[in-house]
Amino acid sequence: MEKNDKPLKIVAVSAGISQPSSTRLLADRLAEATRRRLAEERAVEVRVVELRDVATDIAKNIVTGFPGPALREVIEAVTEADGLIAATPIFTASYSGLFKSFFDVIENDALAGKPVLIGATGGTARHSLALEHALRPMFVYLRAIVMPTAVYAASEDWGGGGDAHTDLLAVRIDRAAGELADLLLHRAPAARPVETVVPFEEQLAALRP
Amino acid sequence: MSTMQFGIFSVGDVTTDPTTGRTPSEHERIKAMVAIALKAEEVGLDVFATGEHHNPPFVPSSPTTMLGYVAARTERLILSTATTLITTSDPVKIAEDFAMLQHLADGRVDLMMGRGNTGPVYPWFGQDIRQGIPLAIENYALLHQLWRKDVVDWEGRFRTPLQGFTSTPRPLDGVPPFVWHGSIRSPEIAEQAAYYGDGFFHNNIFWPKEHTQQMIRLYRERYAHYGHGTPEQAIVGLGGQVFMRKNSQDAVREFRPYFDNAPVYGHGPSLEDFTEQTPLTVGSPQEVIDRTLNFREYFGDYQRQLFLMDHAGLPLKTVLEQLDILGEEVVPVLRKEFAAGRPSDVPDAPNHASLVARRDAEEAVPAGSGS
Repeated sequence: MEKNDKPLKIVAVSAGISQPSSTRLLADRLAEATRRRLAEERAVEVRVVELRDVATDIAKNIVTGFPGPALREVIEAVTEADGLIAATPIFTASYSGLFKSFFDVIENDALAGKPVLIGATGGTARHSLALEHALRPMFVYLRAIVMPTAVYAASEDWGGGGDAHTDLLAVRIDRAAGELADLLLHRAPAARPVETVVPFEEQLAALRP
Repeated sequence: MSTMQFGIFSVGDVTTDPTTGRTPSEHERIKAMVAIALKAEEVGLDVFATGEHHNPPFVPSSPTTMLGYVAARTERLILSTATTLITTSDPVKIAEDFAMLQHLADGRVDLMMGRGNTGPVYPWFGQDIRQGIPLAIENYALLHQLWRKDVVDWEGRFRTPLQGFTSTPRPLDGVPPFVWHGSIRSPEIAEQAAYYGDGFFHNNIFWPKEHTQQMIRLYRERYAHYGHGTPEQAIVGLGGQVFMRKNSQDAVREFRPYFDNAPVYGHGPSLEDFTEQTPLTVGSPQEVIDRTLNFREYFGDYQRQLFLMDHAGLPLKTVLEQLDILGEEVVPVLRKEFAAGRPSDVPDAPNHASLVARRDAEEAVPAGSGS
């Protein structure tokens, strides 16, 4: 098969707070696994964004309604990416406020049709379904295409050998990355949104009783 | 009369002065708006525009009442709105009220259509905010007819039908007030302004220039598409927001508490960030001149520049001082500089006299002789 020269752009967003953070570590692992799965067929550009770096810009955007230059650049990178990896720590039974605020300041339809791989971290595996109850519905609302495998990494996963009912973290990361890579390779290139104007006669005609 | 119009627009907010903790009464604020409008004429500005709001802490719910009062006490000033709520006001009442004002003010009237973004105002007036754009389109289509056809039959989706209705008084000299359409984010409204050959006002004061450029470019292209002229001939208006003192540092020091506590952007970005990212200019008159002249580089030659001067709890005395500086030191230089190098085929800002002249010129062309 002829190799497409244009690199696929993957952006991984991490809402981890501490430095280094396990959320960032998970985002890196997911991004690297995706890159590896794609490497044979496509060049890949990976960028990892730490929301911590634009935390105050996000707060300012909430107040003013527009992003400052640094945040605007991050939003553009995310909305123009071919695939998105989104990872957050689970705080108070859900995604972190910083994570939600970032997606709040992006236009509602900017992620429509975008393949998204979701991941989360927490101190205990008891919070893992927050991925399914909080992150997945949020991205579904935004009409993103969310990968079937969502990856939760509890503290114990970084060292544990799993159990009879759970795959190892590395296996889950690889499965999720494979899903994202397959979708990116086999789907038609995402159409760039075009600013369309509905001609005025059509707008008027739509109102005629 | 110069080629561009300069003026001020007021939101009409009642806001506590953060430096004194004092809140003006509604009565004081209404009288202050009038004093500000009269001052605008005194210092040689061309336009005063009032907002329209139907909820506290805003006072101007009845724009033509206020503008009628100002009209009686001024000679030259153009009375306008920023904006008239075309979504929740009955277009029949807008047609009547502004035609009456136009007669009383001897033509010194235009208006700017806006949708309004206060959710509850829509249901309070029996409308639905989700229909904001369709309301703006249908209501303006009716208003446009009411001012141009003596007898109107009308049926639409949002208003009770009209049969054989004549809106009175008829517009002064048979020429309706000029209309601007204001929108910050909606390409549909830029398209509407272009379709009718009306003006398009972008209130850019809270927005980075890249966004404003996109909207104005769209309006200019579509204006040409509908055959009203070249893109450069489209009628564009812009906002601005300034605070001035002779020395830049004094302006910053005095304005900072108002900025930091302002209802719209307070407690968010720093004054420095905001002045860098938006048209807000806090500094010397020369800095305001330089910054405003840049608008032409970004958006092309344009017709109307309105400044927001009286908000965030600034006391009346300060606002009047600001208007003195604006009228004496800033606008005369802007008039001269903007006129220099302005292509001769870029139209002047429309006013009643120019609209009457245009109508007469069009009528003088015998039918069938083309343009």
